Formats: sequence, C-alpha cells, structure tokens
Amino acid sequence: MTMLGDKLRSGKFVVTAELFPPKGVEVADLLRRADIIGPLMDAINITDNQRASMRLGSLAISRLLKEKGYEPILQMTCRDRNRLALQSDLLSAYVLGIENVLILSGDHNQIGEYKDAKAVYDLDPVQLLKAARGLETGVDMAGKKLKGSPKFCLGAVVNPTASPIELQIIMMEKKINAGAEFFQTQPVFDVKAYSEFSDKIDGLNTRVLPGVILIKSVEFIKFLMSMPGVNIPENIVKRMEGSADPLKEGIKICAETITELKKFSDGVHIMAIGMEEYIPEILSKVNG
Amino acid sequence: MIITAQKPFPEIIESLKNYKKIFIVGCAACATKCQTGGEEAVKKMAEQLVGLGKEVTGYLVLDTPCDARIVKKDLSKSEKAKQSDAILVLACGGGVQAISNVTDFRAIPALNPQFLGTIERIGIYNEFCSMCGDCMLALTGGICPVTRCAKSLVNGPCGGSVEGKCEVDPDRDCAWALIFEKLKKQGRSGDILKIDRSPKKFSKPKRIDNTKKL
Repeated sequence: MTMLGDKLRSGKFVVTAELFPPKGVEVADLLRRADIIGPLMDAINITDNQRASMRLGSLAISRLLKEKGYEPILQMTCRDRNRLALQSDLLSAYVLGIENVLILSGDHNQIGEYKDAKAVYDLDPVQLLKAARGLETGVDMAGKKLKGSPKFCLGAVVNPTASPIELQIIMMEKKINAGAEFFQTQPVFDVKAYSEFSDKIDGLNTRVLPGVILIKSVEFIKFLMSMPGVNIPENIVKRMEGSADPLKEGIKICAETITELKKFSDGVHIMAIGMEEYIPEILSKVNG
Repeated sequence: MIITAQKPFPEIIESLKNYKKIFIVGCAACATKCQTGGEEAVKKMAEQLVGLGKEVTGYLVLDTPCDARIVKKDLSKSEKAKQSDAILVLACGGGVQAISNVTDFRAIPALNPQFLGTIERIGIYNEFCSMCGDCMLALTGGICPVTRCAKSLVNGPCGGSVEGKCEVDPDRDCAWALIFEKLKKQGRSGDILKIDRSPKKFSKPKRIDNTKKL
C-alpha cells in the first residue's frame, strides 16, 4: 500500500506536483527542487518523455526520489513502448519500490522533437490499466503466470476542459472500470467550470486531483496554450498582461485557484513547470 | 484504392543510372485514378527519360500490375521489355513485386505508396482505413479510430482534443469527437461506454491461401 493510496482513501485533501527529468544526466538541479517541494507533497509525479521530447527516464528519477524519502508517481505513457516493454517496466517499477503509476496516452510525438518516430500506442490507457491489474493477479497479458506479483496504486488522466465533456466522462468511467483509483487533470483555471464538471462526475467512485499551473510570465501563456488540451481564460490572460510583476501575479492566481478548489475538490496537482521553488510560496498563500 | 506519389525525380534517375534501355510499366487501376501511373503519367515519364539520354524501348499500362496473372500474360512475353535493361514501374509496391516475382526483369519503382485512400475529389485523398485486419466500424458510426485517431486509441479519446480537433494538428478532426457526434445523431452516443476493445492483434497474415480450404 502506498502512502498516496492511503491518503486518497482517507478522503483527505491530497497535494501532488510534478518534476520533469532533465535532458541529459545531470540530476542535481532536479533533486534540489525535489528537496524544496518533497516535504510539502503527498507524492511527486515524474513525467515520461514529456511533450514527446527525449529525457532521462521516469523510472530512474522515481527511484532517486524514493531513495530521498519522497513518494514518486511514475508516469507511464503508451506512446513509446509496446505491451512487452510496458509490462516489463511495471514489474521493474514494483521491484524498485515504485507502486504509484499514472497511466496516460502521452503527447503524440508529432508535436515533439521526434516527428518521424514510430508512434507505438500498442496499448491504449484503458488496456494498460487492465494489464497492470492483471499483473497484480499474477498473470501477464499473454496469460503466463508470474513469479511473484506486483501491487500498484494506479492513476489516470482526464481533461475537464475538453469538449464534448460527456466523452471525457465516459472515458473516466472506462478507466475506473479498468482499474484507475485516482485522476489527475490538465490545468484548471476556471474553478466554477471545474466545479460543474465535478458535479457531473459525482456518481463516479474515484478521487480527482485537478491540475493547477503556475503562469510565470505573459510569454509563458503562449507556450501553455500550445500544450494539448490547455485553455486559459481571457480574464487570466488580462490579469497577467496588466501586472507590473507577472510572476507575483501568477503565484497569486495559482494560490487563489487552489484556495477555491480546496473548498470541494479531492486535492490538487501543481504543475510549476521548472519553477518548483515557488511552490512553498504558493501553498503559504492558500487559505483554508 | 492505393494512393501513390511519384518519387523525387533525382531518386528515379539514381535508381536507373546503370541502365540505358528502359521499359515503362503503368497501372490502369489505382495509379491511373490518382494520376501517378496512367497513360499520361507514363508518357510524361518517357519524355523526361529520353530528355536525359535514356532509351525508352516502350511502355505498357497493365490493367492491374499487382496481379501476377496479368503480368505473366501481358508483360513477361513483351519483346521490348525483354530487350530492356530495366523496367520502371509506375505502380505501388504490390505491382513492382508482382513483376519481380514472376519475371526476370529488373523492376524499379517510380512511385512511393502512401496509403489505402478514399477519394474526396481528384487530388484530394484521405486515409480512412489502415487495413488493420479487425474492423470495428460497426461500433463507431462508420468512423475508424484506428486510422483517424492519431494515437489509434480504440476505446475512446485522449485528453488532447480541443474543440473537436486533434492535438497533433489543429486542422485534423478528433476521430472520437466525430464518432461521438455521429452516434449522438443516431441516438446512441452512450454506446461508446460499451466499447471495450482488447489489445489489437498485430499478427495478421501476410499471405492468404483460400485454395487450401477446399
């Protein structure tokens, strides 16, 4: 049982954040940032070749975090590995003490650095969730018996700002049926809209950690808007553009969003995108 | 039908550099339809090759160069083809290989096969079917997610779609948004929840021999 799993089941407000493995082998800076946020987080996601750019692996960084006493969430995309590699990596994660796994399809490589690479997607997230649950029963996808079986706390993703939203909710239900225990989402800026989404999924037996993002500058908005499934409302853009100190304003917006979400959500997933040192300040400004 | 595109001309010339006498084969089926291997394309190719000092011994637009029987009947006995150093084939890889399989000619491809296409109008082709071997169109309102979803997700969409468009290309429709709309129109959008596809079997056959069943 993972601490994250226990906390999710306890019904307490769960706070997670994410760190991007470096492009290269210098991990000191990432570990420094892990030390800043680690004590404040219930768990830290380690992304898997995020934005379809080639990075140091999620599994290695997850293990390094584990050794430091933090609880990693291994992100695992369906983009780069077939069913043999995915199952093998799930077993590897387990023996390295990594049991929290977030399963996602993964940004398509056509929007990343390797446009001509073969996009794998041998399994989709629903199938991979089922495969992971299958491994827990001691059987792999080929129906072969395992010597010792792993145990996972499995998460998946949902985009609460996508339309048609009914389709996203159908997908949530499928992922829950396939074994997802919790969800993390694309960034939420419009808390009212998120609360409407939250009402719609009230009947689903799961825990959802809506994503919140630190907008560090006006230029950063453009980058964020280029990310799949990210929509930033006009009033947020105006606040950032009208501010003399955009970073301070971004921290304020992020803290306000968390304060509002805290009133009804199961937790939050903070995406600071390289600005993790500001997470303590953001959290100190959260009320309630 | 098989959509083909002509190879860059320098690549064709490079493939033919050791050959002087060239016989050209076209395709009266797919490659004619997409204007890459019909009579007109064959004649234009002949002119270009002659302009570069090659000797074009003749040409033949075969009904279906991908059919070994047609190749045997119409091409393998051609004296002009026999007298040539190489056969330049304006057809898909199925055609080039049928010729290689049943003759001793040196078959050189002039086209790059693109995909199994649906014609919108002349010059506009869409890949709607990727011949995956396990058609699920009955479940998805006649819209194929294997082919039209960038990630080939068979159980439903990812979270990257914005306003019904794909994360890969804002001009490309999200296949699952199309499926949802189609099924909604048919009053069965809830059926998407029931779609429960197992991992795809990528072990489909490379050869089908129905004669053995008899």
